[in-house]
Parts: sequence; structure tokens; C-alpha cells
Amino acid sequence: MTVKLTMAQAINAALRDALAEDESVVVFGEDVGPLGGVFRVTDGLTATFGDRRCFDTPLAESGIVGMAIGMAMNGMRPVVEMQFDAFAYPAFEQITSHLAKMANRTRGRVRLPVVVRVPYAGGIGGVEHHCDSSEAYYAHTPGLTVLAPATNQDAYGLLRAAIAGPDPVIFLEPKKHYFAPEEVEPETPVPPIGRAEVRRRGADATLIAYGPTVPVALAAAELAATEGRDLGVVDLRSLVPFDEDTVVAEVRRTGRAVVVAEAPGFVSVASEIAARISERCFHHLEAPVRRVTGFDIPYPPPKLEHHHLPSAERVLDAVDDLQWDES
Amino acid sequence: MEELRMVRLLDADGGAVEDDRYPMPPPEVLVDAYRALVRGKRLNEQASALVRQGRLAVYPSSRGQEACQVTAAAVLRPGDWLFPTYRDTVAVVERGVDPVEVLTLLRGDWHCGYDPSRHRVAPQATPLATQLLHAVGAAHAATLRGEDTVVLALCGDGATSEGDFHEALNFAAVFAAPVVFLVQNNKYAISVPLARQSVAPSLAHKGIGYGMPGVLVDGNDTAALTAVLGEAVTRAAGGGGPTLVEADTYRIDAHTNADDASRYRTDDEVAAWARRDPLVRLRAYLRGLAVLDDEREAEFTAAAEADAARLRAALADDRPPEPAELFAHVRATPTPQLAAQAASLRAELAAERRQPEEER
Repeated sequence: MTVKLTMAQAINAALRDALAEDESVVVFGEDVGPLGGVFRVTDGLTATFGDRRCFDTPLAESGIVGMAIGMAMNGMRPVVEMQFDAFAYPAFEQITSHLAKMANRTRGRVRLPVVVRVPYAGGIGGVEHHCDSSEAYYAHTPGLTVLAPATNQDAYGLLRAAIAGPDPVIFLEPKKHYFAPEEVEPETPVPPIGRAEVRRRGADATLIAYGPTVPVALAAAELAATEGRDLGVVDLRSLVPFDEDTVVAEVRRTGRAVVVAEAPGFVSVASEIAARISERCFHHLEAPVRRVTGFDIPYPPPKLEHHHLPSAERVLDAVDDLQWDES
Repeated sequence: MEELRMVRLLDADGGAVEDDRYPMPPPEVLVDAYRALVRGKRLNEQASALVRQGRLAVYPSSRGQEACQVTAAAVLRPGDWLFPTYRDTVAVVERGVDPVEVLTLLRGDWHCGYDPSRHRVAPQATPLATQLLHAVGAAHAATLRGEDTVVLALCGDGATSEGDFHEALNFAAVFAAPVVFLVQNNKYAISVPLARQSVAPSLAHKGIGYGMPGVLVDGNDTAALTAVLGEAVTRAAGGGGPTLVEADTYRIDAHTNADDASRYRTDDEVAAWARRDPLVRLRAYLRGLAVLDDEREAEFTAAAEADAARLRAALADDRPPEPAELFAHVRATPTPQLAAQAASLRAELAAERRQPEEER
């Protein structure tokens, strides 16, 4: 049965179902209790499950992740919220030195089933420190799984998979999707982690996107279709593990690729994807792989963010540059 | 600010000191503590020697701090947890972990060497104070399940300057977590003296600031440590919440073998603290009570020597770690990229093995 849910509601439903199914699941962070989180993602969880299962903590992100690690060492499955992307930085050492490495440091004897939920990326008119695309820090750290859902269905399914899985997960929730309703079917089997989804098959070029840029890529493909160009869209869903095979198969078919991401492009996830496509698809490519990303600047103020964020128009400009005349 | 009165039950010569707050622990407990001190001191000496012989990459010695080490382990019950640092090898061993396993990391391997869940001992933490938050989490998990588990977390004076120290104390206090924080104030963070870490009247005062009892104890007095830590564990197990204990002690050896302590402290200072050796004091007290005789002492020494001999034998085997295992535990299921890298290293190793020795 499908229900119409916003992404915030879909994530709430995933947390609710996980809390109901497994006694060891606990949810905590800043303002996640009675308030229900600043985005209302945890709305009603404390009322339903009590303040031992969903609770507020002191305002200290390193403390939140550090405590989650200790709880996971002692049998729990914590799901913690970092309120905003840039507010997670105080927890960086706990995430990179401990959460990511504990399994390796203990030869696999202590695995940490912790999910760190990060409301991330821009497009919401936020002031400074509220709109970072911080995925590269996490994706660069061995031991972490990094997920970035683009649809409300995936937000539900991937979060269920993340909570149930054995490894620590950074769960990146595109903030600008929080309040957009979509059809969601909670009974759909939980998707496997690490599998990209082809959202649109295309013959002429492949757009690769994740999280907030998936709708941008789909809009660009719609516009291109009116101009007679058939673009495909791959939604990565999971940055680590990266589903290289799906991306490579699509690009080999079309011979052209554009990677679309909000984060600054320099030393980014988009760069890594472009490099891997070049390595594995070289003889199939009709043009160099292009990236459409944010600029290499601190996230701009609300009135200027539209210049920074990849738009369908910028994506189509990049597509236009893919050496069509020479083919 | 009011000074805290340091808890001391034995003076430097082993004479009993009255303290209206804490009773003297029973003699049989202290005899066993003495056995552990003999073993711990021997382990410190043996491990340091193994560094000089090239068998260990490094060893941060707890020589002089053995009373803190053995008591931290002795006050815990089987279901309790210990969260140690890199300098707490003796505490981990006294908790029941095989010394050969404990020294795995310092031999130059990539993992902690023992099973933390089986022994209820977290991996020895190298980054400072981070493990204190893990201790709070482990304790809170137990509370949520209705268990009376207590977690004892160790750190040094330098770690009290780290942000995680403060977050851990605050979280523990707010959640009334059953944690005992034991700060071994050994006076130096590598070379930087205590005065550059804190100007508070004591480090124990920091506990009071977070709303938990702060206790200052003579860290070279095994009897006082046994009483203070034992009471803190009992209080935590009974739902009374966390305690911060500051043990006033001294690191007799350098930070590690790579450190030159003569650059930041005098021989006279070290000699003065050497006279306050925790073994000397407890031995004198137990001898005075006539509960420790030559025969028991010889027995303890022989056991410590047997441990040391076994350690020497085990570390004489210097086979390098298995390179292919570097990939095995990074994640429960390897990413395709990780699997490809593991395969490429395996192929490289296989090629090396096929190559005749003289061509390498």
C-alpha cells in the first residue's frame, strides 16, 4: 500500500518501524526529543517510545557520536542526528578515528552498527554553516558507508537497511527534499546498500547524480528530450560502496557522461567518479567526462546560492560541450 | 577555592593513616594487590627491555603508577567494563587479558590484539580522552537494559585538556551514567608539566564542576585507591552516578623509549618520587601486619618472572603480520573497490613468492 509522505515523514516512519521492531535501536541527538527535531524528522518518537528510546542530549556533537560508539560496543544500535551538516564537524575525530576504524582495530570483533543522520546540502535559503555538502570527508574515510537518498522511498528503505546493517553509516538527507511529498510504499523490500538505480534510460549521454542533484538531472533530461537529445540518469543512492559497474555499463552504452553534485568540485566525490569512468570507459567515450558541481567557495548566502547550485541549465550546457559535432 | 583533602591510608613508610571517610581495606585484598604490583612492575620492566631489543616498536611504561593500574582492574566485577589508554597495559593484563595479546599493537601489528567483548576491555585508546565518551555510552547502554554494569575509564592529566574529557564528564553527569573516571595525574603530558594543563586547585575539582563527586587520592597508595575506587564502583552500581577520581602519582620512566625526559625534569625530582614507590609502601605495611612473608613474596616474584619469560618467548617469534588481512576487517562486506585492491596485493605477494630469492 502506498502512502504520500514527505522525506521527513518517510525517515520518521523508518525510525518508528526500526524502534518498534528492535529493542536495541535508540535515537538521540539535539532537539530530537519532545520537539521532534528542527526538521520534525523525529516527531512523536519520544511520545510513542518513551525517553529511554528517543532522547535529547547535551549540545555536543563529539559527545553524541562518542556515546553512540560506546553504546554500540555494548549491544545497542544507535541512530544519532547531527542537526546540520556543518554542525557535525566537532564529531570529526570520533567519526574518522573511532567509528570508522573500530572494526579494523579489533579484527572484526567489535562492529559498530551506528547510523549518523546528517541533514545536508543547500537550496533552503539557510545562513552560513547550514548548507554544506560534506560527503567527501566521509567518503574518503575507509570503514564508513555513505548513503545519499534522492527519493522518499529510498530515504525510508535505505535508512531501514542502514539501521539493520553491521557497519557504521553516514546517512545524508538532502534538506531541500524534507518537505516534498511523494508516494512511498513501506512494505517494499529494503533495498541492498551499494546499488545504484537507473532512473531514466538514455541513448545519447548519461547523467550521474545523487541526493539533491537527482531531480536536477531528471529535469535536465526532460528539457533535453524536447530538444531531441536522449539523456539517461543514474541515481547513485550509495556513495560508499560505489556501484561502479552500473555507472560503467550505462556510460559505455552512451559514450558520454556528466557527473552532477552540489559539493565544491575540487577533490570531490564527483571527481572520483569522473576519474573511474575515464579509467574504465576510455575506449567507449566520445568526449571527456564533465563535472557540474558547486564552485570551490564557502557555501554562498541565500540570495546567491542559485548561482552555486547545479541547475538543469548548467547541466545542459555541459552536455552541449560533449563534442557532438565530432562524432 | 577550597582545596580537597587527599585520601591517604598508608604513608610513604607503610604506616597506617586514619581517614574518617574511608576504612582500610582488609589484609587479604591488599596481599593480592601486592601480588599484582609485583607482576605489573615486572611487566613494565620486561616490556621496556623488549623495546631495547627491538621486539616491541614502543612501550609507554606505567612504572611508578602500578598502584593505579592494578587497582583499576581489581575493583571491577566480571560484568564491568574497562576503557584503557596506551599507558594502561598493566591494568588490561590484570583484568585478565594475556600480555602477549595486549602487546600485539605495540609489536607493530594493526589491531588491538584481544577480543574487547569477551574481556569487557575496550581497545587501548591512542587519541586522548576519546575513550571516555565510549565509556559513557557503554555505561548508558547497560542502564537502559536495567543491568548494574559499571564502567571504569582511564586517562591522564594531559587528557583533561581535551574537549572530549569535558563532554564525557558532562554526559555522564547528565545521564547519571555508572562510570568511574580515573585520572592518573602523573605530572607530565610527554614534556608539558601539569601547570600548563590546568590551574584548577586539583583535577578532581573538574568533576565537582560537572555535578559529580571529585575525589583526590594518593595514587601511590594502593590501600587508598582500593577504598576510593571500590566505593565509587559500588555507588555507580547502585544508581548513584559517576565519580571523578584524581590519583596523584608520577611517571618514573620517560613518556616512551623515544623520549628524553632529562630535557624537562630533574633527576632529583624523579628520585624523590621513586622513594614513594607503591610497592615499597604496601610491602612494609603488609610485612608489619605479618600477612606477607618471604615465602609469599618468593611465590609472587616467581609468578612474575614466569610471565616475563613467557612474554620473551612469545615475542621472539617475529613473523610479520599477514598483509592480505589488512583488507579483511575494514567493513563487514568489502566494497567492490576494496575487493579489487585486496586481489591486487594478493597477486603481488604471490609473484614475490614465485620469484627466486636472489632476484628479490
